Amino acid sequence: MANPWQNSILVTDNITMQFGGLKAVSNLALNIAPRQIVGLIGPNGAGKTTAFNMITGVYKPTSGKITFDGNDITGLRPNQITELGIARTFQNIRLFSSMSVLENVLLSKHVRLKATPLEAILGLPRYTRARKRHIEECMDLLEQVQLADVAHEKATSLPYGKQRRLEIARALATQPKMILLDEPAAGMNPQESLELMEFIARIREQFGLTVLMIEHHMEVVMGICEHIVVLDHGETIAQGTPTEIQNNQQVIEAYLGAVDESA
Amino acid sequence: MTGEIFLQNLANGISLGSLYALIAIGYTMVYGILRLINFAHADLLMVAAYVAFYGILVFTLPWWLSFLIAIVVTAILGVSIEKVAYRPLRDAPRISVLISAIGVSFLLENLGIVAIGARPKSFPRPEDIVWNINIGDISFLSLTIIIPLITVILLVAVTYMVNKTKIGTAMRAVSRDFETASLMAVDVNKVVSATFVVGSSLAAVGGIMWSLQYPQIDPLMGVFPGLKCFIAAVMGGIGSIPGAMLGGFILGMGEVFLVAFMPELSGYRDAFAFVILIFILLFKPTGILGENVVEKV
Amino acid sequence: MDRQKIKTFLTLGLVLLSCLVLFWGEQYLGKFSTRVLNLAAIFVILGASMNLVLGFTGMFSLGHAGFMCVGAYVSAILTMSPESKEMIYFMEPIISPLDKIHWPVFPAILTAGLVAAFFGFLIGFPALRLRDDYLAIATLGFGEIIRIIVTNTISITNGSLGLKNIPPIKSLWVYWGFAIATIWILKQLINSSWGYAFKAIRDNEIAAEAMGIDIFKHKLMSFTIGAFFAGLAGALMGHLITSVDPTMFRFLFTFQILLIIVLGGLGSLTGSVIAGVLVTVMMEVLRFVEQPMNLFGLQIPGIPGMRMVIFALLLLVVILFYRQGLMGTREFNWDWVLDKVGVGRRKEKGVGVDG
Repeated sequence: MANPWQNSILVTDNITMQFGGLKAVSNLALNIAPRQIVGLIGPNGAGKTTAFNMITGVYKPTSGKITFDGNDITGLRPNQITELGIARTFQNIRLFSSMSVLENVLLSKHVRLKATPLEAILGLPRYTRARKRHIEECMDLLEQVQLADVAHEKATSLPYGKQRRLEIARALATQPKMILLDEPAAGMNPQESLELMEFIARIREQFGLTVLMIEHHMEVVMGICEHIVVLDHGETIAQGTPTEIQNNQQVIEAYLGAVDESA
Repeated sequence: MTGEIFLQNLANGISLGSLYALIAIGYTMVYGILRLINFAHADLLMVAAYVAFYGILVFTLPWWLSFLIAIVVTAILGVSIEKVAYRPLRDAPRISVLISAIGVSFLLENLGIVAIGARPKSFPRPEDIVWNINIGDISFLSLTIIIPLITVILLVAVTYMVNKTKIGTAMRAVSRDFETASLMAVDVNKVVSATFVVGSSLAAVGGIMWSLQYPQIDPLMGVFPGLKCFIAAVMGGIGSIPGAMLGGFILGMGEVFLVAFMPELSGYRDAFAFVILIFILLFKPTGILGENVVEKV
Repeated sequence: MDRQKIKTFLTLGLVLLSCLVLFWGEQYLGKFSTRVLNLAAIFVILGASMNLVLGFTGMFSLGHAGFMCVGAYVSAILTMSPESKEMIYFMEPIISPLDKIHWPVFPAILTAGLVAAFFGFLIGFPALRLRDDYLAIATLGFGEIIRIIVTNTISITNGSLGLKNIPPIKSLWVYWGFAIATIWILKQLINSSWGYAFKAIRDNEIAAEAMGIDIFKHKLMSFTIGAFFAGLAGALMGHLITSVDPTMFRFLFTFQILLIIVLGGLGSLTGSVIAGVLVTVMMEVLRFVEQPMNLFGLQIPGIPGMRMVIFALLLLVVILFYRQGLMGTREFNWDWVLDKVGVGRRKEKGVGVDG
């Protein structure tokens, strides 16, 4: 068993990312249990997205080791990590602009196709049947996230909130064990944020997911996260339950105060 | 290989390398700022050569005046190309700008063929600047000295301009971050135009000296030097002026010595640059003096 | 009658109509028109296949002429008779066993495509790690390297003298047969899950990778398929004009194909077909500007190169003012036609299972 911590799904063993002379993230140690919702917070430039990029394989950590579900995933390609069960959304929405909502979601089934391109070109049953099944599965998923009515609209023509939801749906379609959300509530009003919280809690239950999210909206973070990690200048300055974090003097100084002013 | 032949080749390599370097600087400056291969840069060489050619032979102007006019015309052309064909596409996908650049290049080449004809013409060599120098058994053209000399002078001038002048500072700012620079009240359009003036003028000087060294000019004369100089710029590290210089010299020397040492490979001379390019891109895509850039996700 | 049935009938009708047109053309068209139409078929193949790489997968590759060159030479060497090889290779005799090979054209053309695809695979392996302009210049470089190698390997390719007396193919059926097959295969591919993967890579590479798509594998696949059809088209080109030489496959070719896909629309097969025919026909029609003319007794000399000036201007005008081209990313489909005429009712729009 490669996993030294029992009951952990994701363990980052002191991962560090260095760009030239700049340490974007240093010695980040996360230990996340299955089905937990964990918040990663910190001021702008604290290294949160860099941490996501290391976990999802966009960057290879300069040092340290990442273990997911018993597999060492350090330095694997993003697509390999997705196949192992980590899905993600992006801070700046990255939908496929030429495709419809359904096609965006359907794409995540591509790696699960057993057929060959030749079968697809000739329209042989092994391909068409699988494709039909995938379309049905994706329509079901869109049904569950209340996007079925816009399934054939162009993805980028949706209103902002729905685009965010579509990004999450697209990530869910890869059938992940864990999902990484990069500022899912960015640009949302309090009402929308509230709906998003409910949505995240619901998909966690429904799909048995572990959630790691970067978020600036404190109501969202404090509302649903069971565990919070605070980064500042790449350093982990605190970890703990929402109450612990809210009462942590260092965090208040480094971060919460600043947010209250700007909020 | 005897000492004389070696020296002869060395001299050839230096002058070819200088020409490459001079042209490569234009590529590297434009790429540094617009992140665009200015395919038309290669054809500016040709335009400069023809303007100088007609100035001397048809209008019987003194050579220096013809060269000056050629440089001015080329600079104006370079700036106009940017205004007409690149600027409207600044927010378009990169593929569009590249296609536009290829279109301009093709237009210039074929306009050349239409206006002048595809047949090569021989470029005049003014006696004031081209003569034979004999040292012992070695005989070489004055150009072998003049070309590297002018290259070094221009390189120093451009480096000074980029590092020490106000417009140079603005150029560096724009090449580092286009949007931020424009927010900081840098007039981006002016900076881009200035870059094209400098780059195109250097291309003009390169084109004229190229024609003096290899005095057969035709409308497609810029194509191969252009490709090779872009490769030189990539080799040295795109965006870096000393890098372009270094890349130009390595390429020029490499080509001359490849043919000198292995004459049986002379047919592959033009492939040499591309082979180098592919190796560079695979093993050190940022070039010899280039900086590492991480894509933001 | 429901939509699906109407569409099937319409498609069958279109196939029948094309057959009739080809049959009529074969009987009554003159030598010149047939040749132009055959050339158009070749450019349709070239446009569609380069569009797969550039328009659908978003890889700015400029190596198409190089792959054509490979295809043209392979098919020519495989099909030329041993006697004409002995006659033509007078600088250096052709090496064994190529001197004795004498294949029929069809397997040779397919082999030409496969060999070009193999070259595409080899070149794509290093080159496809690059993007945008770097990829453009690297593929351009590879194209040139191919040409330089062909010029220098005299005992295989006859060097700069080129090859003559390649077995000719004149029939419209062959060229348009290949063109229609190419379009059909590419359409099926593009509407399949793989096609969507290509488009996802074009739209947003990072998101595509996060969806589990192996970017490099898919880019290589698209590039290799593109090279296959370029090789096929090159082979057909050889049989159409019955001679090849290395200077034929200069960048000029790639430029013409680029014009076709930009004009037709990056990411539209329909556009490539329309523009492929259009550009080829224009290329022939515009020949008059390069020939001396007699206008009302006024002698106007021909201007060589004028056609290319027109094409370059056309490319610039399209890219600057009508970036979508004729079709944008739209495709011809019967639903659109039927909606216009108001026949039948659309059951449900959605992702096609079989395209």
